[in-house]
Amino acid sequence: MEEILSLARKAAQEAEVFLVSFEETPVIFEANRLKQLHTRQGMSVALRIIREGRTGFSTATRLDDRASLVDRAVEVSQFGTAARFDLPHQQTYPQVEVYDAVLEAFAIEEMIDLGESLISKVREHTPDLLCEAMISKGVVSVRILNSRGGEAGFRRTSFGVSFEGNLIRDTDMLFVGDSESSCQPIEDIARVAGSVIEQLELAKRQASVSSGRLPVVFTPHGVVSAFIAPLAAAFNGKVVWQGASPLGNRRGERVFDQRLSLRDDATIAYRPRSRPCDDEGVPSQATSLIAHGVVGDFLYDLQTAGLAGVRSTGSGDRGGGGGLPGPSISSLVFGPGDITFEDMVGGLDEGLVVEQLMGAAQTNVLGGEFSGNVLLGYKVERGEIVGRVKDTVVSGNVYQVLNNVIGIGREARWVGAVFAPPICCSDLTIGSKA
Amino acid sequence: MTMVVCGLYTIRSRLARRRESRHPKTPFSALSRHRRFRLYRDQIVESFKGHDAEYIEIRLEDSQSTRIQYRGRELEDISQPISAGGCVRALVKGGWGFVSFNDLDDLRGKVELAVRQARLVGKDASSFASMAPAVDFVEEVTQKDPSSLALAEKKHLLDEYNEVIWGVPKIETSIIAYRDTLRKVVFANSEGSYIEQKNSDLALRVAAVARDGGDIQQVGLSVGSRGDFTGVESLHEQVKETAQRAVDLLAAPHAKSGEYCVVLDPVLAGVFTHEAFGHLSEADFTYENERLKEIMVLGRRFGGEHLNIVDGAAVPNLRGSYRYDDEGAPATRTYLIKEGVLVGRLHSRETAAKMGEPITGNARALDYHHPPIVRMTNTFIEPQGITFEEMIGDIEEGIYAKNWYGGTTSMEMFTFSAGEAYMIRHGRLAELLRPVVLTGNIFTTLQNIDAIGNDLGMNQGGGCGKGGQSPLPVSNGSPHIRIQHCLVGGK
Repeated sequence: MEEILSLARKAAQEAEVFLVSFEETPVIFEANRLKQLHTRQGMSVALRIIREGRTGFSTATRLDDRASLVDRAVEVSQFGTAARFDLPHQQTYPQVEVYDAVLEAFAIEEMIDLGESLISKVREHTPDLLCEAMISKGVVSVRILNSRGGEAGFRRTSFGVSFEGNLIRDTDMLFVGDSESSCQPIEDIARVAGSVIEQLELAKRQASVSSGRLPVVFTPHGVVSAFIAPLAAAFNGKVVWQGASPLGNRRGERVFDQRLSLRDDATIAYRPRSRPCDDEGVPSQATSLIAHGVVGDFLYDLQTAGLAGVRSTGSGDRGGGGGLPGPSISSLVFGPGDITFEDMVGGLDEGLVVEQLMGAAQTNVLGGEFSGNVLLGYKVERGEIVGRVKDTVVSGNVYQVLNNVIGIGREARWVGAVFAPPICCSDLTIGSKA
Repeated sequence: MTMVVCGLYTIRSRLARRRESRHPKTPFSALSRHRRFRLYRDQIVESFKGHDAEYIEIRLEDSQSTRIQYRGRELEDISQPISAGGCVRALVKGGWGFVSFNDLDDLRGKVELAVRQARLVGKDASSFASMAPAVDFVEEVTQKDPSSLALAEKKHLLDEYNEVIWGVPKIETSIIAYRDTLRKVVFANSEGSYIEQKNSDLALRVAAVARDGGDIQQVGLSVGSRGDFTGVESLHEQVKETAQRAVDLLAAPHAKSGEYCVVLDPVLAGVFTHEAFGHLSEADFTYENERLKEIMVLGRRFGGEHLNIVDGAAVPNLRGSYRYDDEGAPATRTYLIKEGVLVGRLHSRETAAKMGEPITGNARALDYHHPPIVRMTNTFIEPQGITFEEMIGDIEEGIYAKNWYGGTTSMEMFTFSAGEAYMIRHGRLAELLRPVVLTGNIFTTLQNIDAIGNDLGMNQGGGCGKGGQSPLPVSNGSPHIRIQHCLVGGK
């Protein structure tokens, strides 16, 4: 890395070398049994230079061809965009726990046992369920070095448990599933198994809903499948700078329900997207996006922050590899709600509970729209879940829906990179075959 | 998390393996590697010897790409990444071991690791269809090879498109993303196959964003080709229409949610074919699922006699075309549905053996970090004789849906979203609508197709995602089709 940096400094005024290496081991179960064991090892090196004020960039998957890396960066720098940032000097970084040595030593045999016990636990409840599961562990190392003396890096472990079950009765197909992740080993599969069993219970009966407008309870999974794509776009500093975010000129305004708060936080211990610094060596922080319904800050990397005349929020992300940095969410955390899921459902005379909205983000997400098929969801009648609904679409606009909130639930949980509560919203558009 | 999820078809099922992969996505590399691969051939053959495995394969890959991306007038990314790496897959008693790496040294050690993993997994008997070994060197030649063009020339074309967008009044911003990838893959297996394939893929997405206060509308155009730059040239008029439509959408109403008679253009009907039936034809969903086998039994009727659906990498010069798949099996052309009846499905060597059906050459891997899985290639509905005018002529009230944002399937239910839609009233196209998401059910929607047009068109934009492998180049297509009672999401 040092050699690449010194070679690059001969051709450019400033330079930055980013190196990521990883190893991951997924244990894969198919059709109820162990089927595959993988080991993925790899690395990627990225060079970014500033030459005559313009950015040049190149990547490779090996370190031995330093000259080509520098040459390619110089070649594209003639077309490169004007650099609007300074690479960070040496910094003090927050202490963020993302490494667990126990995980690296965690035995494959134990991972196999975990997967087998997860499948058998769920199949005790529903013997006909055809199960797939994946237990995986991994470690990633990041190191960044730049020509202004900046030096940063971290080593992060990760562990994941995921499950999907498929139940077919005649021509009716039910998919249930859940997953959990951490930087520490997950040795208790009870939560994932319990959540899947609950889905199986609720989906036992079928119900129907007619087209119209109804209140909808989005479970944490439902919140993620419907709302996160439009919100992640709207708070992305690059989208804001481009003029394509509906929130761009609304900082300080109340746009969402007063009970709604949301922050992006890369410093939470043992979350798989946490880190002491971002992929440009900027210290990690928590950034308030929505405070009591009021639009707060947006997420920035160095270049976008430079263009917008603000500071980077430590959100520079290279997409898990060695790509060019861009602003991205790390972990999104919703503020706590105050009512129980049971009361939320109990308060509805007629409505839906949406667990999974399929294809919801494949529409005009920039405008805040979502529209998807209820892959897993239930009908509520007189305060009770009465059965699963199918062949139903739920549509809305996140800026209207999250300003028409009936209640925010207490039972928040992690769904991937999002810590989400159930949210009950009034007046969603329902389309149905029934 | 991706910022804007559009332009990808994804498959909602197989949650367990849908997790985003964390490894570098860069693909590509120098042509001089050609010679280096030749030297590897002896090492590969040597590395297969002396292991206790039923089957071993090695893939080595070398790639170089060009990426140019604009956000508004800002050139966000211009780079030429290279990538090299490989993988080993081993089969023991029905269990698979798979090892991927960037460091190409010590192939033998990597084979040993893959075999050791497979031994840990395998407990039953293997099913793996037999196949004659092949030795071949395939170099695809195109009319205008992107790797022979100067970076400045590619950039110049995109500058022109960007100017076209910015020339349309009321446009807020633009997004242009271009990528070409030249890829060289060596495949070898313990049965004596040795295949080198060199080809390239390119994709362009141009999107325009229009804004009126808090109301933001985006319209995109996605195109691509099997390594022929002419596939992304001369689009100025289409780019202009795309930008104009983004502006027009600001004044357009939402569709009312509910059931409609819908007519799909060839592009969206192609996405529909891919989602509604293509994924369900991939045998890896079926081969170990007894209930699904009963549902997907050959001979079952899924549509009317006018319905014929084909998939095949042997259909030439499309983004899903190739000579050999990533198990070294030759490409074919497979009827999935003939005259409305299920007659075939897509296989890897393992699924073909398990189901006692012929290998179809559909085992594909995104890159060397992934094992091959059953994938579509070029999937389309064959044309019939009805004209577009005849198709809409007797519709009192319906929706004409064109172009696409994306599509998703969970097998039984699926969605496909239109980038452009119009009301049909009294047999004629009427007002422009905001984008609509359409949803269907495999057991009813294909039966509800009551008209198939005479104007087959192939959609070469976007890519397919499955099992964490995305975006895989595919194409899909259809003539105009009409579907009765299709559920549309709206207001």
